[in-house]
Amino acid sequence: MTTAANHADHAHHGHHPKGLAHWLTTTNHKDIGTMYLIFAFTMLLTGGAMILGVRAELFQPGLQLMQPEFFNQLITLHGLVMVFGAAMPAATGLANWMLPMTIGAPDMALPRLNNWSFWILPPAALMLVLPFFLGLAGIGPGAVDTGWTMYAPLSIQTGWGMDFAIFAVHMLGVSSILASINVIVTILNMRAPGMTLMKMPMFAHGFLMTAGLLILIMPVLAGGVTMVLLDRHFGTHFFNAAGGGDPVLWQHIFWFMGHPEVYVLLLPIAGAIPHVLSAFSRKPMYGYRAQVYSIWSIAALSLVVWAHHMFTSGMSVGGQLYFMYSTMLISLPLAVLFFCWIATVWRGSVSFETPMLFALGFVILFGWGGLTGLVLADAAAVPQYHNAYFLVAHFHYALYPTTVMGAMAAIYYWLPKWTGHMLDERLGKLHFWTVIVGVNLTFIPQFFVGLAGMPRRIPDYPLMFAEWNMLSSTGALILGISHLMFIYIVIKCVRGGKKAEASAWEGATGLEWTVPSPAPYHTFETQPVVK
Amino acid sequence: MRGLIKVGLGVMATLGSMAAWADYSWNFPTPVTPIAHETLEVHNLFMIIITVIFFAVLAIMLYSMWAHRKRDGHQAADFVKPNSRKQWAWVMVPFAALLFIDYVVFGIPAYHAVLMYEDTKTDADMVVKVTGSQWLWEYEYPEEGVKFTSRLVTPRTQVMNVDPKGEHYLLEVDNPLVLPVGKKIRFITTSNDVIHSWWVPAFGVKRDAVPGFLREFWATIDTPGVYRGQCAELCGKEHAFMPVVVHAVPEAEYREWLASKKSGQAQLAASTDQTWGKDDLMQTGADVYAKSCAACHQPDGKGLPPAFPPIAGAAVASTAFMDAEGNMVKGGHLDTVMNGRTGSAMRAFKEELSDVEIAAVVTYQRNAFGNAAGDLVQPLAVKSLR
Ligand SMILES: [Cu+2]
Repeated sequence: MTTAANHADHAHHGHHPKGLAHWLTTTNHKDIGTMYLIFAFTMLLTGGAMILGVRAELFQPGLQLMQPEFFNQLITLHGLVMVFGAAMPAATGLANWMLPMTIGAPDMALPRLNNWSFWILPPAALMLVLPFFLGLAGIGPGAVDTGWTMYAPLSIQTGWGMDFAIFAVHMLGVSSILASINVIVTILNMRAPGMTLMKMPMFAHGFLMTAGLLILIMPVLAGGVTMVLLDRHFGTHFFNAAGGGDPVLWQHIFWFMGHPEVYVLLLPIAGAIPHVLSAFSRKPMYGYRAQVYSIWSIAALSLVVWAHHMFTSGMSVGGQLYFMYSTMLISLPLAVLFFCWIATVWRGSVSFETPMLFALGFVILFGWGGLTGLVLADAAAVPQYHNAYFLVAHFHYALYPTTVMGAMAAIYYWLPKWTGHMLDERLGKLHFWTVIVGVNLTFIPQFFVGLAGMPRRIPDYPLMFAEWNMLSSTGALILGISHLMFIYIVIKCVRGGKKAEASAWEGATGLEWTVPSPAPYHTFETQPVVK
Repeated sequence: MRGLIKVGLGVMATLGSMAAWADYSWNFPTPVTPIAHETLEVHNLFMIIITVIFFAVLAIMLYSMWAHRKRDGHQAADFVKPNSRKQWAWVMVPFAALLFIDYVVFGIPAYHAVLMYEDTKTDADMVVKVTGSQWLWEYEYPEEGVKFTSRLVTPRTQVMNVDPKGEHYLLEVDNPLVLPVGKKIRFITTSNDVIHSWWVPAFGVKRDAVPGFLREFWATIDTPGVYRGQCAELCGKEHAFMPVVVHAVPEAEYREWLASKKSGQAQLAASTDQTWGKDDLMQTGADVYAKSCAACHQPDGKGLPPAFPPIAGAAVASTAFMDAEGNMVKGGHLDTVMNGRTGSAMRAFKEELSDVEIAAVVTYQRNAFGNAAGDLVQPLAVKSLR
């Protein structure tokens, strides 16, 4: 954002290209972080616009705005765009900006790889949505329309939007594996002298586990979608019972990636939020070690519980019991995290600046997402919840507070460090309360309509669900508007505002607050020493 | 602690009974099977527990935010972990409570419920086979030799907001599944094409219909009535339009219905052996086309290319479907309708439609939408080519 302006100070670095060529060739972690964040926000608006179309269609029973085949494309792209286009790149953007700064490194360990892992993203995203816009123009069958879970054999049967999605997933996977390698190498090799693993910022711990998970799971998904591609075009029968395959195999592959993916999205935020809570409570982080161990055990457990997404697919009694009880086990490390977050605030000297509001909002709303998840672990009751709106409401309570509110808390917290300006607190608070009204109005009705029996992914519904849907659509519109407020606040902060001190927030601790705001282009040219 | 548990249980009991009074428009419908009863009880208990936990933690947080405000000059403490044995003991309490809730309060009833849910074979009185198809349900009573399809009858004009929507909008079918009350029914699910999921909320059961595999579940319905549900796994464009309707009736009534269904099937078999005239075939064919073909190939036969090709002007609709020896022409019109086309969305209809229906609809397609093959397909020919 302001890093381009910082260039003047660093003319001695030689021949930097200007303009677009600069952004294409930059290997600076701040530039790349900025590009990641802008990309993620663009995707958030794209996926958001798509779901607003969906909510508009669902405002009333009957088909008003679109045909079912178009509706299915919207819900599918919404899921894929939000998870792979918005949430993951936003976290990577944060990591790019903040990892070197918080561990006292001059840059990421592998800067050229860093550039590449970003520049794979835009073509991948384009590939994902291209069939959608071609379809709008009357060319081809439209985008992938199978739901983001791409269950076989529906994903075998559907049009060539699916092939584009498969290649997009491959590219997105390559991008996130490269980024993960970079994160791991940076954290393991570039920490300031004296910063042992157990003195490392929580944010780095969160991202270290996320990176590890991604390297384990993305190749599995890549293999899975390749098998779909082979089934579609090359006569294999991995997912076709008539040829000795099994459609449910796809579900195992997908959820082996899909369940850890939830924690891939959570852990960077679970790492960032304690810094915010601690800063605005003016009190050190509570239970550092306990939090680190919890993050590790969440990462480990997340790899062995995937089939709780498949209780209605049919599974042996032993399988159901195992996946039920192991899923319940995750509630323990998560509860430790919550306990530490709350204890960090407890008996602090608490103030409520915008980042703190978002952090507290994340803790409370994600708490409800987690508790409803506990209910969904019950293999016997889950038939009533599964693939109903109850499930949709649950995972949006888990994902929206984390990937959007949590990321916004982190962005608002570090924004003074990036821009050199304090943000507009009045607008920030207005943004927060708009989000709170929007989220709850959108998703609380979905719990009730789900319990009353409304399945997910339907463009039209029986009359008894009408009132709840109307409320939910109204909430979605408010939530959509809140994101426009966010972009306005960020742009305003980039352009000006109260000058930020080196330590922009009174209670903030960490290496990043020892350098001037905005941070110099290469943050630490001599390594700081941690005692 | 024991006092607290008692108070907690009291609150739960009160809330639980309140939940039981409500009319369930915001909760599960009134349960009518043992599984649904158990699920509702467990669900209500869970909801109360997680709501209590949520608001208790929220209260602690709000208290902390209010009592420890900087604005009122609160000085920050600096503890970062429990500092004494006593504090450690207190810190362990919430986690012990959580483990207790997970593995005892939730875990034990869930264990029994899973065993009950999966116990499909003990003392089953009858079997119903449920087959999902894009986009209808096929029901079969294998012991009785009765088989029929069940599809949405809500007219498209209601969906497109031309006509006012009826009371059972999207939840009404031509042939509901009829089941006796008080009998343990073993359901077997499978699918002809993609994965569907059979769900009736009042029964507390949802099970996927997986192509090429059998899945099972069971239900003993305790109250006669009409129960409605929907397909719960995204299965393509008409996913929202394949409801489930079950008529649960006393056994005598069920027997009567079964007898009439059987005689209906016998009549149908007899009509297969007759030679049909063009008008009758065209008339029946138009009906079959509307319910089985029009969703994809469109009412005007122009289709939705490339996934759903047109029938109007299609080569297959004017070339021969049987050769001189009376054998099926591979890839011909009749073969396509009866056996489907592999690698495309066109599925086999020979299990789903009767001989008469297939003969009629192929005749119709060959002589409507401007097609003029002029020939007729006789039910007997279809029968011989099965
Ligand atoms: Cu279906």
